[in-house]
Amino acid sequence: MLRVVKRQEPLKGGTPLIVVGALALSLGISMLLLAAQGKPAPRGLFLLWDGAFAHVHSLEDTVLKAIPLYLCSLGVAVAFRMQVWNIGAEGQFALGAIGATWAALHFPDLPAPLLLPLMFACAGVAGGVWALVPALLRLRLRVNEIISTLMLNYIGILLLDYLVYGPWKDPTSFGFPLTREFSPAAQIGRMIGRIHWGILLCAAVGLALAVFLKRTRTGFEIMAGGAGARAARYAHMPYGFLVGLVMVLCGVASGWAGSLEVSATLGRLQPSIMAGYGYTAIVVAWLARLRITHIAFYAFLLAGFRVGVENLQLELQVPHAFGGIMEGLILLSVLAGQFFQNYRFRRAEG
Amino acid sequence: MLELALPILAATVQSGTPILYATLGEMLTERSGVLNLGVEGMMIIGALAAFVVTGATGSPWLGFLAAGAAGALLGALHALACLVFQGNQVVSGLALTIFGVGLADFLGTPFIGTTVPGFDKLSVPLLSALPVFGDIFFRQDALVYVSYVMPLVFWLTMRRTSLGLAVDAAGEHPAAASAAGLDPVALRWFGVVGGGFLVGLGGAYLSLAYTHLWTSGMTAGRGWIAVALVIFAFWRPGRAVFGAYLFGGIMAFQLRLQAMGADLPSSLLLMLPYGLTVFVLAASSARGGGVGAPRGLGVNIEPQE
Repeated sequence: MLRVVKRQEPLKGGTPLIVVGALALSLGISMLLLAAQGKPAPRGLFLLWDGAFAHVHSLEDTVLKAIPLYLCSLGVAVAFRMQVWNIGAEGQFALGAIGATWAALHFPDLPAPLLLPLMFACAGVAGGVWALVPALLRLRLRVNEIISTLMLNYIGILLLDYLVYGPWKDPTSFGFPLTREFSPAAQIGRMIGRIHWGILLCAAVGLALAVFLKRTRTGFEIMAGGAGARAARYAHMPYGFLVGLVMVLCGVASGWAGSLEVSATLGRLQPSIMAGYGYTAIVVAWLARLRITHIAFYAFLLAGFRVGVENLQLELQVPHAFGGIMEGLILLSVLAGQFFQNYRFRRAEG
Repeated sequence: MLELALPILAATVQSGTPILYATLGEMLTERSGVLNLGVEGMMIIGALAAFVVTGATGSPWLGFLAAGAAGALLGALHALACLVFQGNQVVSGLALTIFGVGLADFLGTPFIGTTVPGFDKLSVPLLSALPVFGDIFFRQDALVYVSYVMPLVFWLTMRRTSLGLAVDAAGEHPAAASAAGLDPVALRWFGVVGGGFLVGLGGAYLSLAYTHLWTSGMTAGRGWIAVALVIFAFWRPGRAVFGAYLFGGIMAFQLRLQAMGADLPSSLLLMLPYGLTVFVLAASSARGGGVGAPRGLGVNIEPQE
């Protein structure tokens, strides 16, 4: 029999080992699933790598997907830090895209220096409000934020559907659910290769957030706030304000992600922008152990898996859902692996 | 008026049934002290297992059991992550949903567009002749009749058997349960795996009775509604019945409005159940203030030296 023994000290330098082990385990299981469907697993693994990281073109695709994922993950990580289980990044992303689209469609004649900031302001407000509602419901009426943020995801996506199938539908789209293409002023251009200027926004938001959390009193309180409402009250922290703040931060960041998707990637609003970045962001945030500075790397990695799965889809006709399997497995195995940080198994005597 | 209301009320019971199974399953899990947010994933895996096994064997009852087994298996994964590896229950449940939805979609692709012989309507002799009641409750399929008995069995088990009391003890105060000679970790395994079984059965209802086909994403958030209903029901089976039929009602009503060609976009109608979930939670916690939540809910049991 095996017995669980608590380590005297948390395992030093074990984190990379755990992450590598978890990735290997989940990739292994995923490839077994491929093999079970009669697909060549080694080739699958190669295609995953090749499609995501092996060429300039694939790296560009990966970075393009990493941008919205990074913004959503930042927000999720900050909220999870406070033990605020906001899983609403997906809906906040949708509202951000809606907000930006509203501005782009209503003021098509504004010049870019006015229109782009207006779009981001609208996206931030829409995403932020979408996140503030569950925060207020939790603080005032004790409504569980896991449920309310998730329900608002469904509602946000349906709202987006309603708009592109209804009032905002492009009359010349032959019935397809999409809006008019934005005016050139509403579209963010490219910086290097196919990478758009949004990557600078990511850098700015990430930097600002890291400085805010490390260098300000409120930031410190957020980092310490995970101990819960009662502990916060003893420490004279404005717990309710902090909960609202982390939610709104996540809403704004996710909203900007949505706004980048419509403004830089597609140049219009259509249902296909809802690719589940808000849920993948949870995986990214947890892999980064909720550390802001580690998120960029994991956002890049998980974005790579998404691009790689698209390659699998193309070459081996693997269903798109394969990506969800991989992400779920990675999260589960990392979660289980973190056990070894604090515990180990020992063979029981007798 | 009655002619119009009766079909909607009968459809209410039908739409509420899968939610009822799933709510009771999550309730069992939570009463043992474990929060499992993987309901949506377990439910859809159950729906797929039911569909595939029924198609292969021709027996919907085998499919029904297979759905339970598949749900229990995913539940065991959650139990492994949280009870053995001390993982965060919220995150593990989310991972389970992401994994389950992906897996069902992946494995189910070849079955899209096919149908299986599922459960058909089966009038209960005598009872179905009752005015109004007979039409609503006793001209349903076999799985609905099973679901009438389940809340009662659940209640009796939790209240009147030592197993039920022990499960509650593991959820309320695992240390005290342990001091009383019980094994709270084993009881939580029972809660998570048994709960997963019931959730899987709820999934089976969707692919064998509610429809006889497989479509990806067919749970459409019902698993999450079940998680919300456990809170709404204050962790008690009686109120779960009420909650499940409330949501069944709104879904039936919304479908009927669409079928009648109401002049409302379908995406707005589809928002109804999700909006109602938030509203119902707000209303019930304003009244009850979270009464009935097992005190050990969501807190892992640290391994003892």
